[in-house]
Amino acid sequence: MSAVVSLSNVHKSFGAVKVLKGVSFDIGASEVIAVIGASGSGKSTALRCINALETVDSGEILVCGHKVHDAALDRRALRRDVGIVFQSYNLFPHLTVAQNIMLAPSCVKNMGKAEARALAEQVLAKVGLLEKADNYPEQLSGGQQQRVAIARSLAMQPKLMLFDEVTSALDPQLTGEVLRVMEDLARAGMSMILVTHEMAFARKVASKVIFMHQGKVWETGPGAMLDNPQTKELSEFLSNGL
Amino acid sequence: MSLTPVHIEFIAVGALWTIGLSAIGFIGGSVLGFSMALARISPSPLLRRLASGYIQIVQGTPLLVTLFLFYFGLAVIGLDSLPAIVAAGLGLVIYSSAFLAEIWRGCLESVPKTQWEAAECLALSRWQRMTRVILPQAMRIATAPTVGFLVQIVKNTSLASVVGFVELAQAGKLVNNTIFEPFTVFIVVAAFYFAICYPLSAWSRSLERKLNVGRR
Amino acid sequence: MSYTFDFSALLPYWPVFLQGVWLTLKLSALATVLGFVVGTLCAIARADGPSWLKFLVAVYVETIRNTPLLVQIFLVYFGFASMGLKVSANTAAVAALVVNVGAYTCEIVRAGLESIHKSQLEAAECLGLTRTQTYWHVIVRPAIERVYPALTSQYVLLMLASSITSQISAEELTAVANRIQSDTFRSFETYIATGALYIALSFVVRVAFILFGLVIFPRRRKLGTAI
Repeated sequence: MSAVVSLSNVHKSFGAVKVLKGVSFDIGASEVIAVIGASGSGKSTALRCINALETVDSGEILVCGHKVHDAALDRRALRRDVGIVFQSYNLFPHLTVAQNIMLAPSCVKNMGKAEARALAEQVLAKVGLLEKADNYPEQLSGGQQQRVAIARSLAMQPKLMLFDEVTSALDPQLTGEVLRVMEDLARAGMSMILVTHEMAFARKVASKVIFMHQGKVWETGPGAMLDNPQTKELSEFLSNGL
Repeated sequence: MSLTPVHIEFIAVGALWTIGLSAIGFIGGSVLGFSMALARISPSPLLRRLASGYIQIVQGTPLLVTLFLFYFGLAVIGLDSLPAIVAAGLGLVIYSSAFLAEIWRGCLESVPKTQWEAAECLALSRWQRMTRVILPQAMRIATAPTVGFLVQIVKNTSLASVVGFVELAQAGKLVNNTIFEPFTVFIVVAAFYFAICYPLSAWSRSLERKLNVGRR
Repeated sequence: MSYTFDFSALLPYWPVFLQGVWLTLKLSALATVLGFVVGTLCAIARADGPSWLKFLVAVYVETIRNTPLLVQIFLVYFGFASMGLKVSANTAAVAALVVNVGAYTCEIVRAGLESIHKSQLEAAECLGLTRTQTYWHVIVRPAIERVYPALTSQYVLLMLASSITSQISAEELTAVANRIQSDTFRSFETYIATGALYIALSFVVRVAFILFGLVIFPRRRKLGTAI
């Protein structure tokens, strides 16, 4: 099975600070990978490198056939295959929910207005927010905004979805509704990489968990690995979380 | 005949008068404007409305029209032997007072309400509250926009030329009437204005930066 | 004071006054629209252009902001003449006003452009939008909405400043007032009436801008809040 994502020996520094010190892992189709680790371990940076939001200093990244490490990468083509959801949702405040979702399909895929609207309503229904189509983001709760952000990425029909700590900014009550949407996506067969602190969710939904520590992949394994840490660092990390 | 050092000297003297007229406008405008600002936040609704009305009328009238009003108005009352600087000065003072009042009112109101409350709870009188607690803070906030408005005053002194006062713009016009090279003459005039205004603008910007850093 | 006010002397001139009001509105409206376009393009250049362009725009903006409008009007007016172009006073007036308000618009819009958070750009980029599409949909449109009140104030000021163009004999309200004043010898009354007309104009123009803003910014109309 050819990998959807493949990182080989990726190094990345921000100025004098080395954040990724040789990161390598593979992700196959329809796999759900949870990346966990303390802040500063490099997990968000690794995710952002996968989507070419950061450039790598050395190493190779292959995503859906794109050579992301290459300076000559066609970013727009990569972004048609990869969707990303951010911690701060980043919805466009001056557009309605539906307009937020319709923007990319009409600009990037030249979709007509009626077709784009139908698509928007379809993905909104999938995340359970069809009735909010004509509201503005500021009228929605944090959890609702994040679900709209997921819908916005889904509308572009990506092959891979990245989630960068998408529930970290939410109240505990609102976290559940977002995690439910993500679980539905996983069950439907979407390839997903989540950087997350939600250990219970990772254990339940992820097909593989990657624990990052000090810029390296420290331990990987199925969700059950979290009950049975092999390394000192992972058990320390897990006990700190409790 | 073209632009000689004598002409430039004449224009430079005009620039000095510009600075002088600006000072008059600023000082007079500050005194009147400060009273208006206080009136705008006074507990008396009548004072508030009067001050507000004054500011709206002055801000809604072009300075040129205000100047004409004073220039011709004074003549009509019988005071036409007064020099043009008086009409120009009065017009500029009235104009500045309205804008400075609004700037300073904004600064006074941006001092957090909690400061007023704290001072009141310490049994300070209204006067003491103003002078010891509110004004020092408001003045710090007001320095940058006030210096910025000073640039506006300098530029607006150019309108005094219309009532015949020989400041920088009028000096330029007179020189031009002699040598008929308007483009050259007014480039020189513009350069003088720039030399006066740019340092003030730059100072205002640096004050703004310092203030924002201080706030954090 | 032996002067007696006589506003009735002005009554036969009210159509002339109204014509002056109309001319001022036309002049200001044209300068506003053109100045907005010039200013927005300069703002984009200054926020996001190559360094040499940023420098040129900065020089333009600083020059305009530190010299009086009266001198700018003279330079534009005589500048046209020195290039051999014969333009009407009104054309020169509009040109000078556009040059002037373009610089101020540039600074206002630039502040708006720079207030758009980087995360918005990232989101748009990650959805696959091109640079131009991102600029238009995610940066310029919300930026203009954000600075619209500041732009409104600037254009009301422009309308008031148009009175200065009377100095190159442009046709507008102050020039009309000067003529009426010299006809009737009622200078006090004339300029008081003129001042009142400008005050009324300021109010009307401001309200017009607010209503226009409600039309073009549906979010503002529906939610009533600033972004």
